[in-house]
Amino acid sequence: MRRTLPQMHIVQRSDIKPLNAWGYRLLAVLFALSMGGLFLLILGYNPFDVYATMLRGALGSAGMQKETLKLTIPLALTALGILLAFKMKFWNIGAEGQIAAGAIAASYFAYFHADLPKTVLLLTMAAAGFVAGGFWGLIPAWFKTRFGTNETLFTLMLNYIIYYFITYLREGPWRESVGGFAAMPRFPKQARLPEIPFPFVGNLHLGWVVLLVMMVLVFIYLRYTKQGYEITVVGENERTARYAGMPVKRIILRTMFLSAGIAGLVGMLQVSGPDRQLTDSVGGGRGFTAISIVWLARLSPFGSVAVAFLFAILQKGSSMMQTEYRIPASMSDILQGIILFCVLGAEFFLQYRILKRKEVAA
Amino acid sequence: MNGFMDQLTAFLYAAILASVPLLYGTLGEILSQKAGNLNLGVEGMMYLGAVAGFLAGYHTNSLVLTLLLGMAAGAFGAAIYALLTVALKANQNVTGLTLTIFGTGIANFLGEQAKLNAPMGTVFLSNELKALLSPIRVAGLSDLPFIGPLLFHHSILTYLAILCGIGMSLYLKRSHLGMNLRAVGENPAAADAMGIPVNLYKYVHILVSGALSGLGGVYISMVTASGNWQPNIISGQGWIAIALVIFASWKPLRAILGSLVFGALSVLRLYIPKDLIDIPSAFFSMLPFVVTSLVLVISSIRMKRENQQPASCGINYFREER
Repeated sequence: MRRTLPQMHIVQRSDIKPLNAWGYRLLAVLFALSMGGLFLLILGYNPFDVYATMLRGALGSAGMQKETLKLTIPLALTALGILLAFKMKFWNIGAEGQIAAGAIAASYFAYFHADLPKTVLLLTMAAAGFVAGGFWGLIPAWFKTRFGTNETLFTLMLNYIIYYFITYLREGPWRESVGGFAAMPRFPKQARLPEIPFPFVGNLHLGWVVLLVMMVLVFIYLRYTKQGYEITVVGENERTARYAGMPVKRIILRTMFLSAGIAGLVGMLQVSGPDRQLTDSVGGGRGFTAISIVWLARLSPFGSVAVAFLFAILQKGSSMMQTEYRIPASMSDILQGIILFCVLGAEFFLQYRILKRKEVAA
Repeated sequence: MNGFMDQLTAFLYAAILASVPLLYGTLGEILSQKAGNLNLGVEGMMYLGAVAGFLAGYHTNSLVLTLLLGMAAGAFGAAIYALLTVALKANQNVTGLTLTIFGTGIANFLGEQAKLNAPMGTVFLSNELKALLSPIRVAGLSDLPFIGPLLFHHSILTYLAILCGIGMSLYLKRSHLGMNLRAVGENPAAADAMGIPVNLYKYVHILVSGALSGLGGVYISMVTASGNWQPNIISGQGWIAIALVIFASWKPLRAILGSLVFGALSVLRLYIPKDLIDIPSAFFSMLPFVVTSLVLVISSIRMKRENQQPASCGINYFREER
């Protein structure tokens, strides 16, 4: 049997400088935005006007900047959590549920132990959020280490389970006694996060400080600690880690606890900061958006916070777009998808070179 | 006693109705995984199919166009996935997840856009179109007691789903192409050496898998939601379909059974007499996801050699790295 040789040939390349690589990725993002613009054009809008409105809606005034930052905090913090798991190649797509678990635990203290002094109460809520989120993430991690259970699907199923649990709380035991609408009561003043000034923007809930501290902590943890090094080794090759005598199972459990714990903390910050009550939408899709974020930031802690800010602009801008042009705000999901598709595709050209048959023979 | 039988028939009938979109999604994902590509974008492709089919039906009133555009939209999502993972070697997990975000966004966007432009702010389909997808009677068989109304009074999409399952089982087990496909999924390098065009197999089967998911989406917007568009219309059914692949241990016939079980779980709430078992409805809604988790755990505990994921699944094939 004769086989025709392919006309093209792909080889790996390693000659791209990091700066050039970022240039290509930026090009990919611009390409994605122009595809999104084309989509808008087909629908009959002027893409330049729409994009300008988005930017204005996200950054146009101090008030809008504040709203954008409010969106950045949970996105970036969730991304920092997911990053730990992804570095280990553990596909935690359950951050959404881990946020919810943290929010429930924190809300328990807000609803039933509001007699504690404010600082004690908030610290308890934060600790409860972290532990509850971490525990919700430990379940799939334990089954993964013990039986090799598929963590991608398991973490995802746990999202739905915990969200229906919130529905149960809302319709049942935690339902507000007054009013016919099934909702949970607002938090007492005691359980609300204090606001402190953010440079140039004004008062913003404490979450932004938590985010900056966590960003530095995650960076140091991954770069300079033994545990951080272990995560990298397990992520690159589990077998190598085992031969090197690393307790792989313990590393997976520990890392997932931390990863999910940070997500749980996000839940606490959301309910006690902007939301001021427990709702069914406490995660708000952030668990999934954060996955796009860490992937675009190539698992860098600082990069994740920066990309999260850009995605917050996208989201805030989209809601502005909805009010001004009556374009549905789900446009931000579409743009997010297109951007990620383009960057995923661009990676190929950074890693490989396509050669014609002749050049190979030479 | 008669009341109980009626209730049971109604419950089983509802279970079959709810199982159809799951079956389409599961069959699609089996095909994709058999080609070595784990596609987490089933939910997204279902959304694309649901909205495309719905809008096609809304604007043209044609069943053929509804089905064709629904399938094409699912296949379009799959094409993006295939281009990125097969040609450009992108990470399969991230690409699939992105496809889900993208498809969800597109569907919610176009659905809401249609609502904004509709005269009364609501979009629904004409009764003639819905009638074409409503249950049809099979001459003779539908009049059988009990099984007649249960099994032979369904939408054409239901019969088509079962036929797809049986057809796919034969294709994978008995046909030459199906065997080649399994070789591609198990060991692409060996398949390549045998002269099987690995990438062509991947493209074709990923596209067909997208078309199947798209049909599942069409079913949800046309039959389950009875032609009324609503946001977040798929609500996790695509994810259950992916988990069902494991439940079915990559066998199409077992997928039929599995989707029936999960269809039954998802409608159980409506058929359990309140005076018998009084559980808050949220726990019933939770049930399919709890059982899916249990299935994942149990199937990982009792791993059998022959009931496993195709060996190369999730890993991109790169000929030059052989």
